[in-house]
Amino acid sequence: MDVLTIDGLSVDFLTGEGRIRAVDDVSFSVPRNRTVALVGESGSGKTVISQTIMGLLPEKAHITGGRVLFRENDTAAAVDIAALDRKGAAMRAIRGNRIAIIFQEPMTSLSPLHTIGDQIGEAAELHRGVSAQEARELTREMLRLVRFPDPARALDSYAFELSGGLRQRAMIAMAMICHPALLIADEPTTALDVTIQAEILKLIKDVQAELQMSTLLITHDFGVVANMADEVVVIYHGRIMERGSAASLFADPRHDYLKALLNAVPRFGMDEGERLVPIRPIEPHAEGFLKKGRSERACAVGQPLMSMTDVTKRFTTRKGGFLGGGTRTVLALDNVNLTVKRGECLGLVGESGSGKTTAAKAILRAIEINEGAIRYDCGEGPVDVASMQGPDLLEYRRRVQLIFQDPFSSLNPRMTVNELLMEPLVIHKVGTPEERAERVRELMRLVGLDPRFLRRYPHSFSGGQRQRIGIARALALNPEFILCDEPTSALDVSVQAQILNLLRDLKKELGLTYLFVSHNLAVVDYIAERLAVMCRGRVVEVGSTRDVIGNPLHPYTRALLASVPEPDLNAPLDFAALEAGRASEPDLWPEPYRIVDGVRPVLVEMEKGHFVCAPGLVGNGTPLSMEAAQ
Amino acid sequence: MNMRNEPEHYVNPDAFNPSHAETLTPEQERYYQASQWTIMWWKFRRHRVAVWSGVILILFYLCVPFAEVIAPYSPNQRSNDHLYAPPQTLRLFHEGSFVGPFVYGLKADIDLETVRWVYTEDRQDVQPLRFFCFGPQYRFWGLFDASFHLVCPAKDGTLYLLGTDRLGRDVFSGLVYGARLSLTVGLIGVTISIVLGLFFGGLAGFFGGLIDSAIQRVIEILRSLPELPLWMALSAALPVTWSPVWIYLGITVILGLLDWPGLARAVRSKLLALREEEYAKAALLMGAKPSRVIRKHLLPGFTSHIIASASLSIPAMILGETALSYLNLGLRRPAVSWGVLLNEAQDISVVVIYPWLMAPVVPIIIVVLAFNFLGDGLRDAADPYK
Repeated sequence: MDVLTIDGLSVDFLTGEGRIRAVDDVSFSVPRNRTVALVGESGSGKTVISQTIMGLLPEKAHITGGRVLFRENDTAAAVDIAALDRKGAAMRAIRGNRIAIIFQEPMTSLSPLHTIGDQIGEAAELHRGVSAQEARELTREMLRLVRFPDPARALDSYAFELSGGLRQRAMIAMAMICHPALLIADEPTTALDVTIQAEILKLIKDVQAELQMSTLLITHDFGVVANMADEVVVIYHGRIMERGSAASLFADPRHDYLKALLNAVPRFGMDEGERLVPIRPIEPHAEGFLKKGRSERACAVGQPLMSMTDVTKRFTTRKGGFLGGGTRTVLALDNVNLTVKRGECLGLVGESGSGKTTAAKAILRAIEINEGAIRYDCGEGPVDVASMQGPDLLEYRRRVQLIFQDPFSSLNPRMTVNELLMEPLVIHKVGTPEERAERVRELMRLVGLDPRFLRRYPHSFSGGQRQRIGIARALALNPEFILCDEPTSALDVSVQAQILNLLRDLKKELGLTYLFVSHNLAVVDYIAERLAVMCRGRVVEVGSTRDVIGNPLHPYTRALLASVPEPDLNAPLDFAALEAGRASEPDLWPEPYRIVDGVRPVLVEMEKGHFVCAPGLVGNGTPLSMEAAQ
Repeated sequence: MNMRNEPEHYVNPDAFNPSHAETLTPEQERYYQASQWTIMWWKFRRHRVAVWSGVILILFYLCVPFAEVIAPYSPNQRSNDHLYAPPQTLRLFHEGSFVGPFVYGLKADIDLETVRWVYTEDRQDVQPLRFFCFGPQYRFWGLFDASFHLVCPAKDGTLYLLGTDRLGRDVFSGLVYGARLSLTVGLIGVTISIVLGLFFGGLAGFFGGLIDSAIQRVIEILRSLPELPLWMALSAALPVTWSPVWIYLGITVILGLLDWPGLARAVRSKLLALREEEYAKAALLMGAKPSRVIRKHLLPGFTSHIIASASLSIPAMILGETALSYLNLGLRRPAVSWGVLLNEAQDISVVVIYPWLMAPVVPIIIVVLAFNFLGDGLRDAADPYK
């Protein structure tokens, strides 16, 4: 029996630019007690479908055709949600009661003013007509079901007291409290770290099995799809491209779009020369000033270009207390030692709060460090970055550039692309106006954009195009070292492949050096030759990408790798092996990796060129043998 | 319940177009090449009420340069024969036949019981209006003598569209001349307030720290002072010997001096927000100097917001001037402003008998409302990239 049947659904949006068809003749169904994944890129209409099912479409959206039939169980009559008044009582009786939803952002979908218990219990009071006391009891039960560490205490805590993972658990509890027949999970784990994502996925699976519920999982991540879905619906620009069981779609993708999408996802263990195939490939052509190469002095390829020695950074936050209160210190970087060699790409991997972005900022001298030194070699030996002044600093800023994570906020919306790309040239007083104009056109061609776009403003571009403008801006001064701060995390998978290939090609064409910061191990595996893993401000493992991914030695790296869902039905996540968030607590790591406050995170060379943070091994001054570490 | 078998493997027969998202209509192309100000104008244009408010304000502000031409009389011209004359009705038809715009002459009788002039329309005395005519002389913009008027009363006739006051001065002409001072008080005051607000707000927002705290505390103190008594005290301090022009400037300075905290706060918060924008950071990391970042990245971002906030604080100034002049603490005759005109309406018994003396209230309400609507529209349009 199908709980939900969507039949020929079309949704139009009336906007200032005219009528836009967001969903075009979409049909699929969600069978009872199964998970259907709705996969698509941003703008494909998948969220509009979820809004239609929940009766949450915005005013300007109109259902122009089709039915959305919801049938709770065998005995109940089917209800056509598309025909119901979105604000009516019938819709309210279904929404949050029979159909529940989990949103993407656990940070913003809980009210900061009410306790978790009140918010979860509200649905039960509204729909099941229970008293406040019973609702509290039910809520406690639900929190236990979603495995809150201490359900009784969580009832009276506020959203800001919980971590992202716990908030998402609370959201799931809220969705589940009325035992809905259908759960819509709209990108439930996109905003979460990979280890927490794995736990949430496991939780959704467990809860689904326990409550006999159907799930419509909306996602763009094929790794999540492969691990969760029984059936898959692939949607592109409001139209279904391919639909079928997960097994048949992964084994035998037939539509060009699905094939292209699957080819664009980076996987572990890709061959050295293997390239991702983006949907819209671009060919970078270096010419003119970029091809002429750099005349200035630089250190030799393979020599350390940038090195961090015992870099420590503490952030002091004021503790919010009534009448003053004390201060709290967070150790963002703890004795970090990293070296980037000229011509290589070093991947820096970690979850949120691991200090990877802080490290990048410190290199850029955007923040000051408390201890240690960052040295950079401009061809005349390593120089302490902190000591640079005036022209030296300007020269450093020219040589070292940053590609931002968010291509939307890092480009001034009030400047045309031409002005944006001119800016670095103007700041550094490069060339005559004619030369600058020529350079800007070259940069546009280099990143595969039409020079006619120069007169446009950034808001007219898609995320991938904007990121290419950001890359062009970073290259405007012909730098040698580029820090990439999660340059693809805000982009769709197909665009990600395009940007990754572009970065790879540029590195080869222009002889660049990268520090590539990312939380996505597969992406780093694709682009980086060496890899550094960070956790809680410490570097825990450094080595060649092949070594670290193929033979992870540190427990944190292992947990991280084990949590990455792969887009492959034959490599499911080992849910049983998850450690419930313990992997990222340094004081819970086993010896010799355990780090408590005050212990210096020392890197020990366990294999050739493969370093692991294991302070326990140097406790008595003599490192133990490899076997002991294993 | 029977388990469903493997679902069919559906494949859309149509090919997909990879560049779907990148093809643009000419309309989009035009939109994408529009500058910030163009998009703001498009957005503002959609706000009907704001656009109409703007048109109304432009009409009102036409009185500022052309008051002499528009008004039939000079504002301080007395007519001893027409004290407290009621408004004359504009008519088109006399005894069923069309004669064009005219008024009936006024016949004044004294009512000995109440000792008041009683005016009646003389139905035989048709006084057609004259247009583009020469009337009382004036010195246009203080440059040359002229006597051209848009509209004049008939020869030896009267034209009191809104009646006269206790000395027989035309209220309508007073309104037209009064607009000159009442409407510019807001503009000049806001200019002063913007300069101060930008300066102090900019200091606080850009440097932060101790300077920020100090300026914030000063603002808080200024804001906690009761407004009206302070205005009164300050304007009472203006020397009585000053000429009306100086008094006028003094009043605008006082209003501006007390209004800047609001704008300073707006500037500061906007600056703080914009300073944290990634594109501002990107410029700094490129090696740009702070002055360049402020000029190229911060200023364009908040100019529109400042204009919007400023247009919202003009009404407060107009009302402030009105209140002061009404209380006899601001401008005084022979200077004419709407507040000065309302000064005539201080006595409730006078207002009951001669309600037309309240006429200045109408333009004040219209202008204040129009500025508020306009400000709303500007504020909504101020951030076109939201």
